[in-house]
Amino acid sequence: MNGSERVRADDGALVARLIAGEARAFGELVDRFHARMVRLAMGFVADRGAAEEVVQDTWLVVMTGLEGFEGRSSLGTWIFRILANRARTRAVRERRTVPFSALGDGAEDGDSGLGARFDGVGHWSTPPRAWSEEDPERVCLRREAMEVLGRAMDALPANQRLVVMLRDVEGLESDEVCNILEVSETNQRVLLHRARTKLRTALEEHLG
Amino acid sequence: MLTCAEVTELVTSYLEGQMAWRRRMAFRLHLGMCKHCRAYLRQMKSTVKVLGRVPADPIPPELRDDLARRLVAMRKKDG
Ligand SMILES: [Zn+2]
Repeated sequence: MNGSERVRADDGALVARLIAGEARAFGELVDRFHARMVRLAMGFVADRGAAEEVVQDTWLVVMTGLEGFEGRSSLGTWIFRILANRARTRAVRERRTVPFSALGDGAEDGDSGLGARFDGVGHWSTPPRAWSEEDPERVCLRREAMEVLGRAMDALPANQRLVVMLRDVEGLESDEVCNILEVSETNQRVLLHRARTKLRTALEEHLG
Repeated sequence: MLTCAEVTELVTSYLEGQMAWRRRMAFRLHLGMCKHCRAYLRQMKSTVKVLGRVPADPIPPELRDDLARRLVAMRKKDG
């Protein structure tokens, strides 16, 4: 499960086994991170092929830099930081306008979509609908709800999607997200807020 | 006194623990009196928890073993 990418006690042990060249450790590393790396890379670059190239670049840097992992962050956070740098390097090389060039102010999408739900004095005119299921574990078992959520994620502006992906889906700390995406604490919170607001609304439309 | 609209705008600051105590008191006071905003906060917390459980598409098994082998090779080339 993803959820919480806090510093893990076994990260150091896994890295030690990789450095020692234990074959099984490489399989474990792939199992734990590859799919999540591809998912994150898709947040940076437009298409799947480019995302997979970014992930391959990242693996190479990770493999040649294992000795540099000091365990100050979790292994996942360390890998995601490398991935973000690879994605940026690639964007510069290809002189492409990339999503996080818009990460600068985050103000281009100021509408939370909730405005129409309040009356003139800021009270709910269309209050939140009760959900048929609020327990996160059980919401996750509803395939349709998860599809709705996935589509809502895809529809987010790229900068909001990257922030909510790292913060909520991968469970990184906010200072780690700021560092990886090179945004200020305030901008990170604004982007996170807009993303979460829209994602709650999407779930409400399905569960409410 | 905060309005419901303001509460929905402040909800992330609240959940992130980034609110000055006076604001936080006003926020909680509003929640105490407004069941709609209580529902909103509850649903927002659920949304965040659901997001933490979204799985990534798994790598196909045959690619997995192949990739693991290539990673070993990357190490050897380096060493
Ligand atoms: Zn209210």
